[in-house]
Amino acid sequence: MPRLPVTKTPKPYVGGAFIRSESGRTRPLADATGAFFAHVPLCTRKDLRNAVEAAAKAGPGWARRTAYNRGQILYRLGEMLEARRAEFAAALTRFGARRAAALREVDAATDRLVHYAGWADKYEQLLGGVNPVSGPYFNFTVSEPMGVIGVLAPAEPPLLGLLSLVAPVIVSGNTVVVLASEPRPYPAILLGELLATSDLPAGVVNVLTGLRADLVPTFATHAHLRGLSAVADAAERRVLDLGAAESVKRVRYTPDAPLAAWLGGAAQGLEPIRAFVEPKTTWHPIGA
Amino acid sequence: MRASSAPPALRRWFAAVGPVDRVGVEERVAKFTTRSIKKAAKVQGLKLAVSMVDLTTLEGKDTPGKVASLCRKALRPHDDAAVPAAAAVCIYPSLVRAARRALGPRSPVRLASVATAFPSGQTALATRLAEVRRAVADGADEIDMVINRGAFLAGELTRVRDEIAAVVATCGPAALKVILEVGELETYDHIRAASCLALGELRPGDFIKTSTGKTATNATLANTQVMLEAIRDHYLETGVAIGMKPAGGIRTAKQALHFLVAVKETLGDAWLTPARYRFGASALLNDLVRQLEKERTGAYPAPYAFSEAAESY
Repeated sequence: MPRLPVTKTPKPYVGGAFIRSESGRTRPLADATGAFFAHVPLCTRKDLRNAVEAAAKAGPGWARRTAYNRGQILYRLGEMLEARRAEFAAALTRFGARRAAALREVDAATDRLVHYAGWADKYEQLLGGVNPVSGPYFNFTVSEPMGVIGVLAPAEPPLLGLLSLVAPVIVSGNTVVVLASEPRPYPAILLGELLATSDLPAGVVNVLTGLRADLVPTFATHAHLRGLSAVADAAERRVLDLGAAESVKRVRYTPDAPLAAWLGGAAQGLEPIRAFVEPKTTWHPIGA
Repeated sequence: MRASSAPPALRRWFAAVGPVDRVGVEERVAKFTTRSIKKAAKVQGLKLAVSMVDLTTLEGKDTPGKVASLCRKALRPHDDAAVPAAAAVCIYPSLVRAARRALGPRSPVRLASVATAFPSGQTALATRLAEVRRAVADGADEIDMVINRGAFLAGELTRVRDEIAAVVATCGPAALKVILEVGELETYDHIRAASCLALGELRPGDFIKTSTGKTATNATLANTQVMLEAIRDHYLETGVAIGMKPAGGIRTAKQALHFLVAVKETLGDAWLTPARYRFGASALLNDLVRQLEKERTGAYPAPYAFSEAAESY
């Protein structure tokens, strides 16, 4: 007798739990052959609000961890992605990526996590410092995380694009709410399952799926989001810029580019970390 | 303690006031959370809730300075003038003078003080009455008393009744709120019995109140519903309208709206006024103001844009 198929309900990962949208809305997702794959939740602005609350709750605990510990946790995430390489590659090929490209994307995503894991206890040495002053005191600049950051992941590549934007934001102690690729949300759903079993505390990374048109305006205006890291077209940029100006938040755009542009060393480094830390300058008397 | 093992006096009182259908109450209150309140109705509900807040601080570390800033916040919860003042501030008796100074003599915000050896009530009656007398003399408009839960559970109902009556007499012009401390009463039957006991002693304008906020179980929709139904039965029987004050555990605007739905659907619009309904809360006011700000601007505001939100950055 043939087994009944056991299909998975894809659920976004928010606040350490797998949620359905509060609206109950979903949309059918087809794979590359056009066959029905699953109903994916269409998250709403209220789901975004709840995700921001979860991220804000996780923030202080995550920021208080030592840089070394944050590096360990990111590295472990890379280890786990490596172990599930075949599963993630299959999730990419199912939605149209060629097998070689899918494997390249998963490997590059793993390497990106390892890259930023290495930065965890090093960026401070480049961004902070002891400032020269003419007086009997020290003057330091240290980098502090900004708080909750919104990430708008590109449509392509769905896994590497998302992780390339998220990893440099969380490495410094920020927490994120990320909107997954609109046409290909499934790798982000799978990433949520990876995050749930990693050492990353609940709420540090919150993944939403849904339509950009529904959520971009709320990402722009939500005052509790202190920054946005986005891949966005011209019309979306206008909405984001206006909302960000109103709520005084920092915005960093990454150009929309094909997979090849995300693979290389140019897509990583110190600059994406610098974009979401706040320099704090303080003084201290010498010898006290 | 189940009704069958209760002392005889308590058992007779249970029979007199009637039992509570536990499943029925819980099913009923579950429905209150399904009402859709949006836009203009939501704004109206939020503003009404702000005007019903007894802004409370009951901590060992309270100081006159902290109480003064609490009073300023109660008078003007937000810089938007469309947000009304809170109903009252609720503090310990030793700080009543400081609060009266901060509020001024004829303040729109009333001054409530807990008294009678809050939160346990475990001192001699004379001491408790002296505390009430002193708080009223210092300028309290309202007194929040605790009942003698030990005496109630032991079936000494006359003693509980007499103590409430003595406090009513001592209050004079001040309104009285009788705290049943539902967390220590354990069953809905006990909550109803204690509510009916207290209601019989109170004057119009007085309140019954769920809890002190110092025990694990505070105000829930279900135990509030049991008390609301006791108030309704008392009103239908005697014509005396007593107010209700849930306290403790109400932190979000959404919860507050659920509680208001319960009042409207149980007691009607006549109770939707600060004269007959209050929320005892400290964190609630911030969330109410935050939600009002969200409705006004259309954008979700950050919690740190409001006073005393220290939980995150």
